[in-house]
Amino acid sequence: MTKSEAGNFMSVQFAALSENESFARVVVAAFVSRLDPTMDELNDLKTVVSEAVTNCIIHGYDSNPEGLVSISARIEHETVHLTIEDQGNGIEDLELAQQPLYTSKPELERSGMGFTIMENFMDGFEVTSEPGRGTSISMKKTIVSKKALYN
Amino acid sequence: MNSHVEMEHHRGVLVVRLYGELDHHAADYVRMEMDEAIMRGQVEHLILSLKELQFMDSSGLGVILGRYKLIRSKGGKMAVCDATAPVKRLLEMSGLFKIMSLYDDESAALSDLEVAL
Repeated sequence: MTKSEAGNFMSVQFAALSENESFARVVVAAFVSRLDPTMDELNDLKTVVSEAVTNCIIHGYDSNPEGLVSISARIEHETVHLTIEDQGNGIEDLELAQQPLYTSKPELERSGMGFTIMENFMDGFEVTSEPGRGTSISMKKTIVSKKALYN
Repeated sequence: MNSHVEMEHHRGVLVVRLYGELDHHAADYVRMEMDEAIMRGQVEHLILSLKELQFMDSSGLGVILGRYKLIRSKGGKMAVCDATAPVKRLLEMSGLFKIMSLYDDESAALSDLEVAL
């Protein structure tokens, strides 16, 4: 079988329910598995998906399950591009939201580490948001395991 | 979801073993189980065993930090042990080891905390 160099993609939408967080992690992990990632790379991807989807549910939709979370993923060569978005509340102050340990919902025992984790675990990270319209997070990660192993 | 909690009392120390995945979905359940045990029993110190924890994200960090505050407010200590590599990395990134110790296993954590009793 030849690997498609032109790129492969998928997209999925689901209700903003916390039980769908594990579903989202598994879907992305399964899609990326063709790149033969290491356990660490897979764990990084699952963690950032979990962070982004949790943000959509808690912050985007204030835990209203009528909200819709979208994930799209694209593989180009050895790089995975992920976009995770909601059409919810949006973020008023993006700079503040990205400060480590900052949380707008301390009463929910949030750690305020979500954005910091996404930035650290991925090779590229960008967030765009419009109050009242929603938030979109785009991330990318290059899976290096194969090259490292076989060269 | 695949998450459960196992608890064991050793004198004033509560040992909590976390299983499965600790994400936002599991957080409420894990938090309630632990708080109930902490408030009910004579719990002075808390040890969190992470050996069987397959996945954790920042929601899990929130649960750990919340229990730390609770135990501290009662004058106790908290420790974690047996963290897998990915979980350990997350705990390191969040600066958690500045406020609590990481032990290799339960018995190492226990003997250290029981001395403090």
